[in-house]
Amino acid sequence: MLTKRIIPCIDVDLDDDGNPAVYTGVHFEDLKYTGDPVEMARAYNEAGADEFVFLDITASADGRETMLDVVSQVADEVFIPLTVGGGIRTTEDIKETLRAGADKVSITTGALERPELVNEGARAFGSQCIVISVDARRRFDEDGEHYTQVDGESCWFECTKKGGREGTGIDVLEWAAEAESRGAGELFVNSIDKDGTKDGYDIPLTSAVCDVVDTPVIASSGCGGPEHMHEVFTEANADAGLAASIFHFDEYSIADVKSYLDERDVPVRF
Amino acid sequence: MSQQSLTTRSSEDALASVVVVDYGLGNLRSVTRGLERAGAAVTITDDSAAFAEADGVVLPGVGAFREGVENADPIREDLLAVADRGQPLFGICLGMQMLLTTSEEGATDGDAAVTGLDLVPGTNVRFDHGQKVPHMGWNELSVERAHPLVEGVDTETEGDRAAGATGGSVDGRYAYFVHSYYAVPDDDGATVASTDYDLEFPAIVANESGNVFGTQFHPEKSGETGLTILRNFVDICVAYRRGRDA
Repeated sequence: MLTKRIIPCIDVDLDDDGNPAVYTGVHFEDLKYTGDPVEMARAYNEAGADEFVFLDITASADGRETMLDVVSQVADEVFIPLTVGGGIRTTEDIKETLRAGADKVSITTGALERPELVNEGARAFGSQCIVISVDARRRFDEDGEHYTQVDGESCWFECTKKGGREGTGIDVLEWAAEAESRGAGELFVNSIDKDGTKDGYDIPLTSAVCDVVDTPVIASSGCGGPEHMHEVFTEANADAGLAASIFHFDEYSIADVKSYLDERDVPVRF
Repeated sequence: MSQQSLTTRSSEDALASVVVVDYGLGNLRSVTRGLERAGAAVTITDDSAAFAEADGVVLPGVGAFREGVENADPIREDLLAVADRGQPLFGICLGMQMLLTTSEEGATDGDAAVTGLDLVPGTNVRFDHGQKVPHMGWNELSVERAHPLVEGVDTETEGDRAAGATGGSVDGRYAYFVHSYYAVPDDDGATVASTDYDLEFPAIVANESGNVFGTQFHPEKSGETGLTILRNFVDICVAYRRGRDA
């Protein structure tokens, strides 16, 4: 039986000396230093992570170089899948990232601004390595296309750019279906409303996305403990749960999360 | 195709020499590192002259069946010769599917003439029982029959490996899959290990004589289980060389 994947997310930034560093934030802000990315990857691999997501949050040329170097170091010694995102806008960026040792690339803004990038990437490198990431935000107005009930209110989910700072007016569910039809092999669903809150994933959002696509969905944002992973797997039918701070700050180990899920009959890999 | 090759590790400390076939598809970095970790000296090449001298040949690959078969066409006869000589030939993911005869993936393009290597007769079909496609993630292996790739080889060679570093059985362990098509061999006996994704499909296949085999999953992405498979493969290569040199 296919297992649910537990994925630590590692946000890579540069420290004051230009070295790679991991920071963890709340609501995409208030970043706090957490460690060296390669060291963290090693530790998570030994702890039983099913996959890694590395995000370059520097959005700079220096950051990009550093990121590719980190990816190569990790890929050379850790034999589990690596997804890399941040600033990917062209097929050349995709190629460079895969060549550095990534198995998949996660694309957000680059695909929203030029949807053909999804087709081009899938054609050149295969759908299996094209992950489309959305930073969704709840909107309680009349501008959306698909409405979902959240806490008794009707809202739609908007795709945002720049970590939620910029709206696009694009409905997440429309975009998810379009990205899939263009060749995306996986969808990575972040929630601006839930990011850093630790009060659980955005279940209405994740369920709605799982309902409109057949490709695997990685749920992200809001995980505060094993019960939230359980909720997103059983109530929203997500295929993978991503978390950062609960693992980075040693609140829970990956084994804690997997044991909790296993005891409740959610299939996980040991 | 370029006639260049790259040997990535000195052969002195390696247990076996392995060629990773570079036919222009996929990222060869992880499979190369994984094989090196398992004790192989790896040469990445599309130069078929290197095939015969190697202790084993790996046919990697991600992407579409048609593209894979077409890209590998110039070395098709050389790959068949590897199988003929009894050399270990290991297909991974698309490389495994290419060991079969046909694929729905090729036929849907309107040209049924795309033929795989036909070393493990059968066809590749698409998941269509309502499963999420691609089948992506970690799934369990059930060993169906004996084969050195899934149970390890007794190479009887003290000193070949450090204690504890040997291969071994992978029954009941998890491997990482990413694929939309799965193999249906003509002969059920070709299935060495199977996996359940709403239906049972072959995770590992092998030909009758046992020297041609493949995994649908990516051993180079399957953590310790994958490294076990790669160590078993290196041991198969060592056994082949001993037999050939004896």
